[in-house]
Amino acid sequence: MDTKICLPFDVEKFCELKVGQKVLINGIIYTARDQAHKRIVDSIKKVGLKGKTKNFFDFRNQVIYYTGATPAKPGKIIGAAGPTTSYRMDVFTPLLLKYGLKGMIGKGERSIAVREEIKKHRAIYFIAYGGCGALYSKCIIKNDLVAYPDLGCEAIYRLEVEKFPVIVGIDTKGNDLYEIIRRGKK
Amino acid sequence: MRQINTDVITETVKNLCIEANYFLSPRVLKLLKNAYKTERENLSKQVFSRIIENCKIASKLKIPLCQDTGMVLVFIRIGAQVKIQHKRNDAETDLEAAIQEGVRRGYKEGYLRKSVVDPLTRENTQDNTPAIIYTRNVPGDKIKITLSIKGFGCENMGKVKMFSPAAGNGEIKKFVVETVKKAGANPCPPIMVGVGIGGTMDKAVLMAKRSLVLRTKSLVKNKKIKELERECLEEINKLNIGPAGLGGKVTALGVYIKTYPTHIAGLPVAVNISCWANRYREIEI
Repeated sequence: MDTKICLPFDVEKFCELKVGQKVLINGIIYTARDQAHKRIVDSIKKVGLKGKTKNFFDFRNQVIYYTGATPAKPGKIIGAAGPTTSYRMDVFTPLLLKYGLKGMIGKGERSIAVREEIKKHRAIYFIAYGGCGALYSKCIIKNDLVAYPDLGCEAIYRLEVEKFPVIVGIDTKGNDLYEIIRRGKK
Repeated sequence: MRQINTDVITETVKNLCIEANYFLSPRVLKLLKNAYKTERENLSKQVFSRIIENCKIASKLKIPLCQDTGMVLVFIRIGAQVKIQHKRNDAETDLEAAIQEGVRRGYKEGYLRKSVVDPLTRENTQDNTPAIIYTRNVPGDKIKITLSIKGFGCENMGKVKMFSPAAGNGEIKKFVVETVKKAGANPCPPIMVGVGIGGTMDKAVLMAKRSLVLRTKSLVKNKKIKELERECLEEINKLNIGPAGLGGKVTALGVYIKTYPTHIAGLPVAVNISCWANRYREIEI
């Protein structure tokens, strides 16, 4: 059975989730990928970890989804919206975790630095099914633009999701599913 | 001479862009379904059922299989007996412009993501053009268009290496397997692996890419090359990367090699990887 969680309320329960566990997400997640990460990090560097700037969305205690959806067809909420490869965000992620980000959804391995920060801040990394953009499209019931509209598909959107399937990739204790598989423990 | 209007080419390219993005080719789908049967692990099987479910949803709702609707590659073979008929007599309606217009319309009308940017400023071209076009002149009175959609999760994982001629099949195999190993979960396995051996550096890469457009029958006649394909696949599937990189027997669905004569002083080898959503279409006009 898949474990159901509701975001952002259940961020407190992340410590109960174990690496490799299948999870269905309900609730709110925010999209951000390469260019949005770059801007977020630039903003944080300008104002410091405690500060806040205009046109900046507060992602503390929230979960970010690495995706850039295809345009919605008329009358639809969103197009295909599967995960993009996470390692490209690795250079930005430690700072975001320090600022208060609680979780990430993407695909593929993370750097050791990211894994360490996840453990330190008791955050989590979820793996979404790569290439399954159509499948995830069906799980998204609301889609609102939040920041950086000029970035188009790379802008930050607030998504309301329902039964959004993921797997725990790195749990709050820093256990890494890919590493476990590579070592043949699973 | 047979006349073909540039409008026909534009319309064809437009349709191929949309179809390739919405519907996975039956040949690739079959490979995936067979792989599902091979897997035993719970998690690996789960990945395959999600993938197959995804393909069904995409074709039912007519939406892209993946949000990365890629960069477009067009391989076009023009028969010597074909005369490309321009609608208007200006430079804007030449063959390449007609193809680019087809991509532009396909990405607009098909609600596909525009992912093409200037390499340095990262400014989006807003219409997913330009496509990358390779033209060949062949005998006959037909035009054959092969269109491939390349996402960059997998494209980023490709590699090319200029070997010394002293290198043998063993070293080539090691390079192919290492490239796949390093890619890990990033290119959305189960992957397809294109390998180009010989020619010049660019030729090797082009062959690697071209071989990812799967034929119903392998064009490889040479037994030694077939053997090398088989050995590479076997080694890759021992890596336990598995679907989505979550472990399992099927890391790659196939290894496809193309060769070309090369220089006495060299041995270029290129590896190009496709994610499981290997999207292509081929049509003859």
